[in-house]
Amino acid sequence: MSETFTKSMARNIFYGGSVFFFLLLLALTFDTESALPELDNRENLTEEVALGKRVWEKNNCVGCHTLLGEGAYFAPELGNVYQRFGNSTDAIKGFIMSRPKDGIPGRRSMPQFNLSDEELEGIAQFLKYTSGINTQNWPPNIQG
Amino acid sequence: MTYQSQSVAKPYFIVAIALFVGQILFGTILGLQYVIGDFLFPEIPFNVARMVHTNLLIVWLLFGFMGAAYYLIPEESETELFSPFLAILMFWIFAVAGVLTILGYLLVPYATLAELTMDDLFPTMGREFLEQPTITKIGIVIVALSFLFNIGMTMLKGRKTAVSLVLMIGLTGLAVFFLFAFYVPENLVKDKFYWWFVVHLWVEGVWELIMGAILAFVLIKTTGVDREVIEKWLYVIIAMSLITGLIGTGHHFYWIGTPEYWQWWGSIFSAMEPIPFFMMTIFAFNMVNRRRRNHPNQAAVLWALGTAVMAFLGAGVWGFLHTLAPVNYFTHGTQITAAHGHMAFYGAYVMIVLTMISYSMPMLNGRKEANSNKSQIVEMWSFWIMTVSMVFITLFLTGAGILQTYMQRYTDTPISFMEVQDKVAIFYWLREGAGIFFLIGLIVYVASFFIGGDEPEATVKDAA
Ligand code: HEM
Ligand code: HEM
Ligand SMILES: [Fe+2]
Repeated sequence: MSETFTKSMARNIFYGGSVFFFLLLLALTFDTESALPELDNRENLTEEVALGKRVWEKNNCVGCHTLLGEGAYFAPELGNVYQRFGNSTDAIKGFIMSRPKDGIPGRRSMPQFNLSDEELEGIAQFLKYTSGINTQNWPPNIQG
Repeated sequence: MTYQSQSVAKPYFIVAIALFVGQILFGTILGLQYVIGDFLFPEIPFNVARMVHTNLLIVWLLFGFMGAAYYLIPEESETELFSPFLAILMFWIFAVAGVLTILGYLLVPYATLAELTMDDLFPTMGREFLEQPTITKIGIVIVALSFLFNIGMTMLKGRKTAVSLVLMIGLTGLAVFFLFAFYVPENLVKDKFYWWFVVHLWVEGVWELIMGAILAFVLIKTTGVDREVIEKWLYVIIAMSLITGLIGTGHHFYWIGTPEYWQWWGSIFSAMEPIPFFMMTIFAFNMVNRRRRNHPNQAAVLWALGTAVMAFLGAGVWGFLHTLAPVNYFTHGTQITAAHGHMAFYGAYVMIVLTMISYSMPMLNGRKEANSNKSQIVEMWSFWIMTVSMVFITLFLTGAGILQTYMQRYTDTPISFMEVQDKVAIFYWLREGAGIFFLIGLIVYVASFFIGGDEPEATVKDAA
């Protein structure tokens, strides 16, 4: 780089640029927070859903599945599983409940988590809630 | 080694390499589970192996960064480390906490680990990469703060250089953004939004400062190019990192319930994120070409050039591939993401840590400047085996990802996730093969530390 462009000029670009774009990120973050109520389906965020989210976390479901496209890529997307299972929380509960303890020979298998009735209802409601989030029409189709 | 206290870096580097081996062993388990679904089931389910794989990666990179700082900061500051005792104490705390956490993942079901560590008191578990029990996270913060205090005090009493300052800013940012790991709101959209303040602002933000500083340090030492020139480059590179990377966070806010405008902000700014990585490549080659001396540690120079190239490929090229919103709509959360994640992490952060280890280990082992020729040759072999294997891992995952995107997302007659996985299995077999080669490369790397130890140091004549 040329002699007229000095180290202290470069340093000032670093400090100035970083501070400016950090503040811009903050501003966009505030704006996002104020736009979220229209998008994040919070009117359906019940106690049950909150409990379901805890069940999701405590069993590390994201270690195999994606949720809204984030997580692991070993097992199907669950952001729209409620629709894929015919808009039925019972179908979701039935699936989770019926996983064989020793898996399915030769296949990728989901563990049997032995969830209580309350936990099962919670996780199903959580996935139903998630399917109501405005994701700008993602995923492209029902297969997730 | 100019300062006695730099030697605290050595245990950090040794543990980093040991955990790296563990990471890759679990990587090969994961790769096998991709094709033999019930491998080790139900003893080690996929999610557990994955946690071990990714958490070991993060923890060993942190060991590597800390070791790098303990070596680099005293030398740049031209003074002994403020407190070598504190550094060793923190080493043991971090190592024990890390090992206990990994054992916890492996020995009890995750939900039981959450109970045992009383996660309900302050729930932070169960999020990707941040699976550690809350108590471990608190431990990480304590270690990080003591570490920053230690190197900060060292800098204050000595010479202040751009390299040490940039490293310090990067490491401080690492600690600060980690605090978002403690914020787990009930609202899933907010949860996801702020999760990226750890993950994205780490790898496409402050970690780039750490990488830049270490690269600059090793280039100053091995090329003898004027510090003023190198530090000017460093500032320009990291300026570009933050100017593009901060708003570039938006490339994760397309489809998670956040406003539509992020498709514009995210696409435009993240499309420029390859620039700093490209500059690092130009920078590294330029400095080596303008070198004032031939350094006898040619392995370190190879790692330095390699990390610059591979970071650009993995982060820059493979990142750009799927970062524009209309593309990401189809590729989001597919094997394309995994392909990019692997090459970017390897090229940028694995390789920069190995660059620093390669440069400093000879001195930490009592050599003057470099290992013997024999040892360096073995090390360079490991460089090529691991790097070429990683290129193939990336290519195979990209192949799987393109097919997956097409069959599951793009065609008019999409088929289900599990059916698609069966159809692309051949790519997963190939990836596993490349993974085994990677493991072999890593074994060769470890072997290089035990080979040629009794032979004389390489000299500049050998190197030229
Ligand atoms: C033997 C070589 C390796 C194999 C077979 C392997 C395999 C895997 C597999 C199967 C996954 C899980 C993907 C999923 O969620 O479905 C994974 C995740 C991951 N691995 Fe590896 N891995 C290997 C080496 C590495 C290396 C060297 C690195 C670091 C440089 C690395 C970093 C990661 C990261 C960051 C993730 C999370 C990816 C994401 O969320 O997109 N792996 N690996
Ligand atoms: C060394 C720097 C980088 C590293 C270590 C890295 C690593 C990763 C990882 C591990 C993920 C997966 C996260 C998850 O599990 O959900 C990811 C996602 C992503 N990265 Fe990077 N990355 C880097 C730089 C970049 C750059 C420079 C770009 C853009 C040019 C980029 C674009 C993306 C995009 C668009 C995604 C989201 C993929 C999706 O929608 O599934 N990355 N990155
Ligand atoms: Fe990102």
